[in-house]
Amino acid sequence: MNSTYKIYFTGVGGQGIVRVSTIIGEAAMRKGLNVVMSELHGMAERGGMVTTEVKIGDSSSAIIQDGNADLLFAMEPVEALRSLKKVGPNTSAVVNSAPIIPFTVSLGIDTYPAIPEIIAELQSKLRNLFVIDALGLARKAGDTITANIVMLGAAAAIPGFPVERELLLASIKGTFPASTIGINFAAFESGYETVFHKISR
Amino acid sequence: MKISEILTGKEGDKLFLLGNEAAVRGALEGGIGIASTYPGTPASEIGNVFSRIAKEAGIYFEFSSNEKVALEVAAAAAISGVRSFVGMKCQGLNVASDSFMSTIYEGVRGGMVIFVADDPSMYSSQNEQDDRLYARISGSPLLEPSNPQEVKDSVKFALDLSEKFNIPILVRTTTRVSHMRGIVALGKIKRGKTKSTFEKNPRQFVVMPATSPKLRQELILKLRDIEEFANTSELNRIIDKGGDSGIITSGGSFNYVIDILDEYNIPAKVLKLTLSYPFPEKLVKDFLDSVKQVAIVEEVDPVMEKEVFAVLGKYRMQKKVYGKLDGTFPRVYEYTPDIVRESLCKSFDLQLPQKESYKTDIPLPSRPPLLCPGCPHRATYYALKKAVKKLGIKNPIYAADIGCYTLAIAPPFEMADCNLSMGSSLGTGCGFARTTDQKVIGFIGDSTFFHAGFPGLTNAVHNKDKFTLVILDNRITAMTGGQPNPGVSFDGMGGTAPEISIEEIVKAAGVGFVKAVDPFNLKRAEEAFTEALQYDGVAVVIAKHPCAAMITDRERRRKGIHITFDVNQNKCTRCMVCVRDFACPAICVAQDGLVNIDAILCNGCGVCTQICLEKAIEVRK
Repeated sequence: MNSTYKIYFTGVGGQGIVRVSTIIGEAAMRKGLNVVMSELHGMAERGGMVTTEVKIGDSSSAIIQDGNADLLFAMEPVEALRSLKKVGPNTSAVVNSAPIIPFTVSLGIDTYPAIPEIIAELQSKLRNLFVIDALGLARKAGDTITANIVMLGAAAAIPGFPVERELLLASIKGTFPASTIGINFAAFESGYETVFHKISR
Repeated sequence: MKISEILTGKEGDKLFLLGNEAAVRGALEGGIGIASTYPGTPASEIGNVFSRIAKEAGIYFEFSSNEKVALEVAAAAAISGVRSFVGMKCQGLNVASDSFMSTIYEGVRGGMVIFVADDPSMYSSQNEQDDRLYARISGSPLLEPSNPQEVKDSVKFALDLSEKFNIPILVRTTTRVSHMRGIVALGKIKRGKTKSTFEKNPRQFVVMPATSPKLRQELILKLRDIEEFANTSELNRIIDKGGDSGIITSGGSFNYVIDILDEYNIPAKVLKLTLSYPFPEKLVKDFLDSVKQVAIVEEVDPVMEKEVFAVLGKYRMQKKVYGKLDGTFPRVYEYTPDIVRESLCKSFDLQLPQKESYKTDIPLPSRPPLLCPGCPHRATYYALKKAVKKLGIKNPIYAADIGCYTLAIAPPFEMADCNLSMGSSLGTGCGFARTTDQKVIGFIGDSTFFHAGFPGLTNAVHNKDKFTLVILDNRITAMTGGQPNPGVSFDGMGGTAPEISIEEIVKAAGVGFVKAVDPFNLKRAEEAFTEALQYDGVAVVIAKHPCAAMITDRERRRKGIHITFDVNQNKCTRCMVCVRDFACPAICVAQDGLVNIDAILCNGCGVCTQICLEKAIEVRK
């Protein structure tokens, strides 16, 4: 049970959370590991919160107990803060730095905290935090839609991540149309390199 | 994984499947010849998968007009000897319930599975109903799988069981089982027959006072036999981890129980019921005999718990029972591993350490679901709101319905005052118009209109009610992920289909005022609404424009069109009309107070250019 690796994914509808979780799950399956995943998406196709949970290893339920995630995979900074309940002393995190401003903020009902404030708060709780400019790296790779794959690359470089990059790349290959594999691979590498360099420094 | 692998995967292959996807594979392995559904979350993916693979699988599949029709299609097939599968969300069984009750009496000749997905915590539903109670009302045997592998196996098993006992079988999941992914080892696909000959037997297949009493007797006998079967079936098993405490559980709750017992090394005996109705009395009695105390871990209603009390009472047994009735387990919302851990601690007097977890004191902005950028409903509501204001209508009643458009409940529109169920805008519209002096404006989507709108419409015309109905026709069943309905030109198997005109139906029903408009022309739409609101009788405006997420965005992506809009800051006076009154998620106010349009979110509909008083919104160069 302790060997189970638990990943909590969070983001906003349209950011490809379900897709990226499934890619990891399939790669784990190919490695011969047991894997379960739970996905939950709100009422609207876009704009609402989306979370998924993946457990790799010996587990029946895909739901992570509070404080128990090994990795927080956040496609959006405020959503990372909203997910702190799942985070405990042993959690690492990859967080995309690009905010998606909720409409409640534009209407003046709510306020969006400043990005440095969010990052400082995350830093105070997370042992191993990697803030990634996933949007910028995805743009460089050729399409902003691959921001989730940039983040996947970043996650894969974190020590302890249970699935090797080759298996993840194979899973990406089995998921997307052949014409977009190049862009997706480039996106993955850029995320991987970013974290890899930060760690080896 | 590609969806086609659900069909092409070979025996022994492993796929990482969603519970709903596994249900489809199970139906194919069980040799169905026909499948039907009406989409509804958390069961929507079932139809999406069938529609992609049915043709190649050599079976027939349809998105039916509603769940009742879907169930009737499947029942007729099974009565004729063709194995069938019908899938729906929990409330779908309310719609189908009339025929559901009868089909359990009549029985079947070919196997039939009725798959329902409950939604504890109501992530995408209007209530938290427990469809296990439908098994008890109708007398339908019930299976409750816990994970995707079990979903696949249960559906296949249920088709055989159904044929063996000549009775349709209910397979019930919850959101966390239907939307759980897991590794599924595939079995062999069985080619079932898709055609048969209906053999007449009106004493069995016509329910009426002359026939039903005998069918009722037969049903009770069938249930007695199936209960015997359930007492010894391998579907119901005991996992013995020692000790003298017992746990009875089923479905998704089983996963939490077994994980907690393993993680904290708790000794207990677990009775996992998969064939949970007819309730296997002997098996449960023997289990209760073997333990000192028992916890019942089940989501939503204390269904099994009351069955356990019945067993205890019948055999005059004394055992302490922990569950929902004594408040040990919560009565509302879905369970989580944390809830199950805490409740088991209370039940068996355990001390299980809770992991340290964090929270933030920074106030976080809420992120409610919204109508998408480019959504035609936004334009409809905007134009209608202007018409209502211009006519000086005070305190109108907005009779809402079920679809994306229910999101108009939120600011700035706040145009959803009451809904009950699919199609209720019309019935409640009649009632509000009859019993108040307020102006009544109803909303219904295209798919919802075909689902359950017509009876209410004829009721309104025939009873001379006075209200305005807006039919939001976005050319697709949108909220559940873009399925066809009778108003579009393709069917569930991807073939061309006759497109049924809502306008002609409404006219044929005798509605005196009917107008179809494209809401993206705000001026025209406002004019149509202004006219309709002044009409003395039932007035219908059909606001017709394709769904942004399911149609326009996909078309643009395919064609490589990337038009988006931007705010010319030299012209913008920050009047905030576009932000405040139109509420498109792509239009946002930056921290410097400037109004911007997010190039990624913007769908390029351009409706905001019609709203801007300064003509400051321009095509992005």
